[in-house]
Amino acid sequence: MRRPFVSVEGIARRFPGVSGAPPQTVFADLWFGIEEGEFLCLIGHSDCGKTTILNILAGLDHADDGAVVVAGREIDGPSLDRAVIFQSHALLPWLSAEGNIAFAVRSRHPDWSRAQVAEACRRWIDLVGLSAAAAKRPAQLSGGMKQRVGIARALAVSPKILLMDEPFSALDALTRGTLQEEVNRIVAETKLTAFMITHDVDEAILLADRILLMTNGPEAKIAEVIVNTLPRPRTRHDIHHLPGYYELRNHIVDFLIDRSRRLAGAMPPEWTARAVPEVRPAATAATRHAAESAASPRRPA
Amino acid sequence: MRATRPVASLALACLLLALFVGAWQLSSSTGLGTAAVADPEYAALVGAAAATGGQTPFPSPIEVAARIWEHITDPFYVRGTNDQGIGIQLAYSLARVLAGFTLAALLAIPLGFLIGMSPLLYGALNPFIQVLRPISPLAWMPLALYTIRDSSVSSIFVIFICSVWPMLLNTAFGVATVRKEWLNVARTLECSALRTAFRVILPAAAPTIMTGMRISIGIAWLVIVAAEMLVGGTGIGYFVWNQWNNLSLADIVTAILLIGVIGMVLDQILAMATRAVAYQE
Repeated sequence: MRRPFVSVEGIARRFPGVSGAPPQTVFADLWFGIEEGEFLCLIGHSDCGKTTILNILAGLDHADDGAVVVAGREIDGPSLDRAVIFQSHALLPWLSAEGNIAFAVRSRHPDWSRAQVAEACRRWIDLVGLSAAAAKRPAQLSGGMKQRVGIARALAVSPKILLMDEPFSALDALTRGTLQEEVNRIVAETKLTAFMITHDVDEAILLADRILLMTNGPEAKIAEVIVNTLPRPRTRHDIHHLPGYYELRNHIVDFLIDRSRRLAGAMPPEWTARAVPEVRPAATAATRHAAESAASPRRPA
Repeated sequence: MRATRPVASLALACLLLALFVGAWQLSSSTGLGTAAVADPEYAALVGAAAATGGQTPFPSPIEVAARIWEHITDPFYVRGTNDQGIGIQLAYSLARVLAGFTLAALLAIPLGFLIGMSPLLYGALNPFIQVLRPISPLAWMPLALYTIRDSSVSSIFVIFICSVWPMLLNTAFGVATVRKEWLNVARTLECSALRTAFRVILPAAAPTIMTGMRISIGIAWLVIVAAEMLVGGTGIGYFVWNQWNNLSLADIVTAILLIGVIGMVLDQILAMATRAVAYQE
């Protein structure tokens, strides 16, 4: 079997039971892959273990069963090749924005001179549009600016994989939209492999190539893999005009509201953990639209 | 608290001081003892006040001010082992405090770092720390004198033992409570243990460590006076006790004031250092 670039192979996470109770399985037998250069989103409700999955991919946490294989090697800890953008931005508050980025640059290039580090920092600061605030401490920055520093810090180590744990959930809608587009642009330009956890349906549709839908915990499972067939480049301004957008969105929302709970106890008999069914709601709808308009050349008024 | 004008606070402080000094002056000028007749030879031997059975009157503010002025204008005289300037005595005390405090910091901060990083070590050492910490540092004095056999070094040891605990506990606490996400940042950046310790844990715990150092220096300055009263010889504590034996209350008041001023200066220096490493989250 051909392995994808990142291959998650049957990982499980259990917490010991409190006072004699049987151990709680957050998730078990989880299989999925991320192709090189792909943007994968994971959607699910709270406490289905989303953050734990990301931490296992980052190497910050360990799986009780199974393994994660990246580029043919099983991971056994954190790596500069897998950068993390934290939900809480996790900037070091005693360093300036530039200092935080320089800390990352020096981690990747310990042999660089002061001037080389400063030059690299300036490049990343410019990329995320923070030139005016480079000398400021995190406490003096707004939430959106802090997360820009977080993004720049993650990119500054030139990772192969970008892991994002609900990076924009603490931001207001306007800032979130801007940052989503910037991440979209940067990931496309750098051809990074990206994995993002989110509970924002529009964010997933805008950014992802594929979307994993997760049932509620405990014993959360990946119920479906949605292939996002909406053409790129996508922008917030016109994505909702693309044919099939609403079918895709409705499919995910339906899942989150109803099926995530219903499926939690009983998966359909044809479902298997190692070959989760793929669906293409947008493509199906787009073909149907095309067929309908071909059948009736005169559009109904 | 509402912001007040600093000028108003200063004016009120001056008024309170004037009231206090005025009341002191009034009470010391009225309380004159009866001048009973005493045997002049006995009076020459034990002093006029003792011979009449009266008390040495408490010095008036003007007498104390005159004595303070004498001390401040000539702080470093040496007229024999028992009569040295107050500046010299303070310098002895300060040197002992700084020596004991520095030794304590050199031990407490690295050890606190280890205890904070390792729950195993914390669990193993915590019972000892909890038992040793509440012991009055002066209780160590006999043991110190017996083993060290040098009174000056013994008082440095007493300073060491009293200033080690706040620094040790604060360092351990500061290191143990470094936010997990900052450590995770260091881990994802593949920082070495040493780099994580110096570039992440130390700056994160620095304000807590500095607070421990500030508490320690305060305690050390409190304890040195008592320790020097016990061991004698030199130092501001010995000076106070010597002047009590001389019944020179004006000298004692002078010393008390200077002890307060120097304690405040020490505290402010550490407060400044604390502000320098503070960060806002």
